[in-house]
Amino acid sequence: MAQLEEINVGEFRHLVSERALTGETMLLNMGPQHPGTHGLLRLLLELDGETIVNCIPDIGYLHTGIEKNMEAKTYVKAEVMSDRLDYMNTMGNNLAYVLAVEKLVDLDVPPRAQALRVILTELQRIASHLVFLGSFGLDIAAMSVFLYCFREREAVLDIAEMCSGQRMMTTYFRPGGLWRDVPVEFETAVRDFLKMFPKRVDEYQGLLTKNPILLDRTVGIGKLDASTALQHGVTGPPLRASGVNWDLRKARPYSGYEQYDFNVPTRAEGDTFARYIVRIEEFRESMKIIEQALNKLPMGPVNSGNRKFVPPPRSEIGVSMEALIHHFKLWTEGFPAPKGSIYSAVESPRGELGVYLEGDGGPKPHRVHWRTPSFDTLSALEKMARGHLVADLVAIIASIDIVLGDIDR
Amino acid sequence: MDKKLENIVQALQEKFSVSVEEFRGEAHVFVKAEQIIEALTLLRDKYDFELLSALTASDYFPQETPRFHVIYQLSSLARNVTVQLRVPVNGDQPKVPTATRVYEVANWRERELLDMFGIQFEGHPDPRRILMPEGTEGHPLRKDFPLGYEEPQFTFNLDEIDLRKPYAKE
Repeated sequence: MAQLEEINVGEFRHLVSERALTGETMLLNMGPQHPGTHGLLRLLLELDGETIVNCIPDIGYLHTGIEKNMEAKTYVKAEVMSDRLDYMNTMGNNLAYVLAVEKLVDLDVPPRAQALRVILTELQRIASHLVFLGSFGLDIAAMSVFLYCFREREAVLDIAEMCSGQRMMTTYFRPGGLWRDVPVEFETAVRDFLKMFPKRVDEYQGLLTKNPILLDRTVGIGKLDASTALQHGVTGPPLRASGVNWDLRKARPYSGYEQYDFNVPTRAEGDTFARYIVRIEEFRESMKIIEQALNKLPMGPVNSGNRKFVPPPRSEIGVSMEALIHHFKLWTEGFPAPKGSIYSAVESPRGELGVYLEGDGGPKPHRVHWRTPSFDTLSALEKMARGHLVADLVAIIASIDIVLGDIDR
Repeated sequence: MDKKLENIVQALQEKFSVSVEEFRGEAHVFVKAEQIIEALTLLRDKYDFELLSALTASDYFPQETPRFHVIYQLSSLARNVTVQLRVPVNGDQPKVPTATRVYEVANWRERELLDMFGIQFEGHPDPRRILMPEGTEGHPLRKDFPLGYEEPQFTFNLDEIDLRKPYAKE
């Protein structure tokens, strides 16, 4: 994070072209406060007229030290920090974290909890893509789409609130299962959403996909070829829009994704329009998954019966001394995890969301590292933006769908 | 360990005489710092590890020496396997050759490690801090860096704490 004083070419001397030093090209600050950068992101642009010669992202304005903070909390308490990373995909972050903890301590999860996790993360994926679509529309001056998208997102957040009591910072998934079972209205609410939403996706497509202004501003803009994308660690929809069929839900299924039948939409072009289309297709695939999971939602407990990791239900505490001890130990000290490290990754709406988790035998993690997809995707921005206009840069940033909380951690 | 992975780990063992640990089905391969670039290049070119999924580090101060492990998590899309390389690095003047020429994503990830752990990457094209402001002292993710907190202010000590509070100054 560089200081926000007058731009000092000296510090960036090795990043800008020769022409910037003679004053032939202009250096321009975009951000940190700028509506087109989707958060606190500063871009240092080297411009030849209105064409971008170099684009140097400067991040860190939203750095909150989440990795350091998690080291000071027990495994369960540290989970609340995961919501704050990528605040558009809170359930997905919870899932990445609890799967990592479960892998580290070798904990089982009952099938009902697994299926509910899938339903809720897919709903969250839809909500996240809706925010993408809304802000993408806004950035290319299609204001009305933004309003429609946020209307539908509200339905998803209502379901999240129904389950967890919170619209966004849910912390609903816990190591070994869920906080509690979903309420009885859950199924109707999800089915209502599934009934309403396909028509809405058609509406968005009707508004945008063949819109000549959108096509002018997105087709052929911000091209990213597959090998550059992989070199830069780009994953998720931007990678699939570059023609690489790679989805962790298919490649390394977790939480029971292997039971569901869905496609992985890909496009070959790798431009801004392809990234938009891939996400639109993902709406439909997510709905397919939710419907299948809901149709065969198993009954049964939503928490593991392993009392060394999962607190006993309230009803047991009054009658069992052992349950009382477990309750006390788990809520004061927490559970210990063995010495060792694991890496587990899930497919978030933005790509591979990985957690490197290391235990040292105690109740607090020795090291947590979040491999956040936006961080790597943003590092490829320079390759996408070079040679385009400043106005196109806004569309490119919108199309890679970065979340600054995810980048700066 | 995965069958597909066994061959790869074996090849690494023959070429670099590395030691391997296994935990929960994951292979952790310990590589020396001077061999890491060669190992990464071999994995990328011969075994299709196109994606450097994560590049991070862990600090074992004060229990263990060498103090740091730099961790390279690699994924192969074609073979659908992952492998983890770990490079132990000494505490005083930690240095590792840069992987930027093998994987471009290493550029930012190594800057993050420089920022958070103070690990130097030799030959890095852009060795600046990435997340913390310029002029920050110390490296936050080291174990000897205090977590820090804000003193709670009450009516009786509000002014007293105000005096030593680090407000943004002009």
